[in-house]
Amino acid sequence: MSNIVEMLHITKDFPGIRANDDITLQVEERSIHALLGENGAGKSTLMSILFGLYQPDAGTIRIRGKEVKVSDPNVATALGIGMVHQHFKLVHNFTVTENIILGMEPRKGLLVDMRTAEQKVEDISKLYGLAVDPRSKIEEISVSMQQRVEILKMLYRDAEILIFDEPTAVLTPQEIHELMQIMRRLVEEGKTILLITHKLKEIKEVADVCSVLRRGKLVGTVPVADTDEERMAEMMVGRQVSFHVQKTLAKPGDVLLRVEGLNVKNQKGVLGVKNLSLSVRAGEILGLCGIDGNGQTELVQAITGLTKVESGRIFLRDIDITHLSIKERSDLGLGHIPEDRQKHGLVLDFTLGENFIIHNYYKEPFAHWGILNKKAILENAQRLIKEFDVRSGQGAITPARAMSGGNQQKAIVAREIDRSPDVFIVVQPTRGLDVGAIEYIHKRIIGERDKNKAILLVSLELDEIMDLSDRIAVIYNGEIVGIVDAAETNENELGLMMSGALHKAQEAAQTGREPAHV
Amino acid sequence: MTFEIFLQMFPIALMFSAPIILTALGGLFSERSGIVNIALEGIMMVGAFTGATITVLLENSTPAAAWIGLLGGLLAGIVFSLLHAVASINLKADQVISGTALNILAGGLTVYLCQIIFHQQRTRAFSYGIKKLSVPGLSKIPVLGRMFFDQVYPTFYIAIAMVLLTWFVVYKTPLGLRMRACGEHPQAAASMGINVSKMRYFGVLVSGALGGLGGAVMVLTADIQYTLVSIHGTGFISLASLVFGRWNPFGVLGAGFFFGFSTALSFYAKDIPLLSGLPGEFFYILPYLLTIIALLFFAGKSVGPKAAGQIYESGER
Repeated sequence: MSNIVEMLHITKDFPGIRANDDITLQVEERSIHALLGENGAGKSTLMSILFGLYQPDAGTIRIRGKEVKVSDPNVATALGIGMVHQHFKLVHNFTVTENIILGMEPRKGLLVDMRTAEQKVEDISKLYGLAVDPRSKIEEISVSMQQRVEILKMLYRDAEILIFDEPTAVLTPQEIHELMQIMRRLVEEGKTILLITHKLKEIKEVADVCSVLRRGKLVGTVPVADTDEERMAEMMVGRQVSFHVQKTLAKPGDVLLRVEGLNVKNQKGVLGVKNLSLSVRAGEILGLCGIDGNGQTELVQAITGLTKVESGRIFLRDIDITHLSIKERSDLGLGHIPEDRQKHGLVLDFTLGENFIIHNYYKEPFAHWGILNKKAILENAQRLIKEFDVRSGQGAITPARAMSGGNQQKAIVAREIDRSPDVFIVVQPTRGLDVGAIEYIHKRIIGERDKNKAILLVSLELDEIMDLSDRIAVIYNGEIVGIVDAAETNENELGLMMSGALHKAQEAAQTGREPAHV
Repeated sequence: MTFEIFLQMFPIALMFSAPIILTALGGLFSERSGIVNIALEGIMMVGAFTGATITVLLENSTPAAAWIGLLGGLLAGIVFSLLHAVASINLKADQVISGTALNILAGGLTVYLCQIIFHQQRTRAFSYGIKKLSVPGLSKIPVLGRMFFDQVYPTFYIAIAMVLLTWFVVYKTPLGLRMRACGEHPQAAASMGINVSKMRYFGVLVSGALGGLGGAVMVLTADIQYTLVSIHGTGFISLASLVFGRWNPFGVLGAGFFFGFSTALSFYAKDIPLLSGLPGEFFYILPYLLTIIALLFFAGKSVGPKAAGQIYESGER
């Protein structure tokens, strides 16, 4: 078979950083070609060049053997190239169909021919097994359905070459599995897929060929069948990576966080958390797992003070913090890595250095007599950037908005771990991060545990929950359906509890007492 | 008899409603495309000045002077709104500040031009503005005929037609779909190959056309000449109608009628037994008071276009 996409000797410079350095990429027609690399390795830049969002400083692009100049996304669309962005570009109060046909509306006289449009969307959806309702509003459908709408947008425009930019970062394990099947189906129907990811498991599951990028350079291109996850990880990071965190047995101390009979309303105004009790001790990690939308967000927001509770109480050590302000809770030693990094984690228009001192800006040494101390802020930023390998174009003075998603996440994690709070609410700490960074952050979280901090870990990634936690609480429909010992459970048992099919240790959950530890 | 007063009030209420509805529809186009347009007040003033001036200058030579005046107001509104479009789309200025500047400019500009043309701070009075008409046949319908079809300014029918046209364009045509996408999520629209700047220009210029028309309608039906206080806040009331009407053409119609009626009420209050005891000033403040109340109740609920007022940068994440 022939190469449908050829990117030859592509080089792209950004202020302070060479994002792509003489990269050559050749993609075979009707294949799934994975692009693997750490955060900031240059994968997204390379694909943005192919999609016409950036112009390369050097190098040529050939599509179906013909040299082309992709000057903007419209040219890419005309060439049959489509892209599913990491942050969806959907109009929330439009229907699925309206979003898809936007810019290419079928007409009947002066009118938009909505009936024909809906029929066409439905037909494409059926052909590829997408199961999307053309008449639903975007704000009413799940994230995974929204992603399928993005896929439909490309298919509606007859795209042959589909670029997926970290498509699984926002999906649950079940949804990831479904997406993989959809990708296979797309290739069967003659499409070519370029998959940007740093998840080795997915590459192994779905890709044919894998190109690895490191710090802007192409490390190599390998057929997936001839390699394994360890090899790919090594190519990506440049050293051996361990997939499992080394940790000693927990030595739990006093209860530091206690939640009693908590009821919290969700955005729709119904109870998202129902009569929930749990406790976390010093020196242990309690993992909270569940399918997205089962009350995790509401519970975390109630504990951290982002939302108010209907009834029930929350104690930090023995202090009732139920009605304290966010700042008061923070000052008492509550730390939080939030779920939504752009909304609750960072001020996007502030620099990285300013974001690092967002809790402590008024304290010495960052402020002196009410005036910010630029030098101390800069030093603090440089220390954290180095320690956590936060990559950005201009270091401490980079606006947070200009950083990649993975590095924004690293910045939040760095700031929060650095504060070393007594009670640490950690939500999806490694979302969008590569194996190297995950390894490091997991190590630091274990380190916090060993410093006798109480950690509540909320994650949609079962592997992460099972790796890090000492105990695992499963939340289903706003209730804790079971608390189990991490060493004595398995994916299967957790899966059953997450779907509400199995209840376990209900009494322990109700009284907030845990089974005895060795 | 109160019901008789009610019937008498109706044509007056419709007269005041028409400019509010037209101008609010203009605001709808602008905000749906993503540009907040608080310059509506200033646009109305420019439209009103132009309409009045053309009418005064042409009324001795043609009976259609007032209608040409309406057209002139519309065109002047487009030209004036161009300033807002350039400032907020090309120069990426804060839209509220640009709008405020235009509102201030409109007052100075129109009075200055009056001074040049008429050597006074207002236009000369015209003898006739738009003339009232009775729709043959329909005006004979009991009650409804007197409410809507007897001795009514045709400008109200223009407003109704514009409501229908706006609804059609905004909700039924490709153009409307694209324009709304630019007001909700310009990055999404741009990624689908839509020229966001162009759509926003369209929205702002239509708001200029309708605002200018609204101003001309107002002065040529409810006034005898253009003065600095001819518009007296109607542009802002239109803006309130837009919020009150939830950025929907039919909502705008209802809201515009509500404000028109409340203005008419201030003229008739002394004749209504229940209200005549209150001081007249109370009724003059009524439309403005209701504006504030309406905004208090509705402004908090963010049902407006999501990206309205945001500066669009094409490279933003």
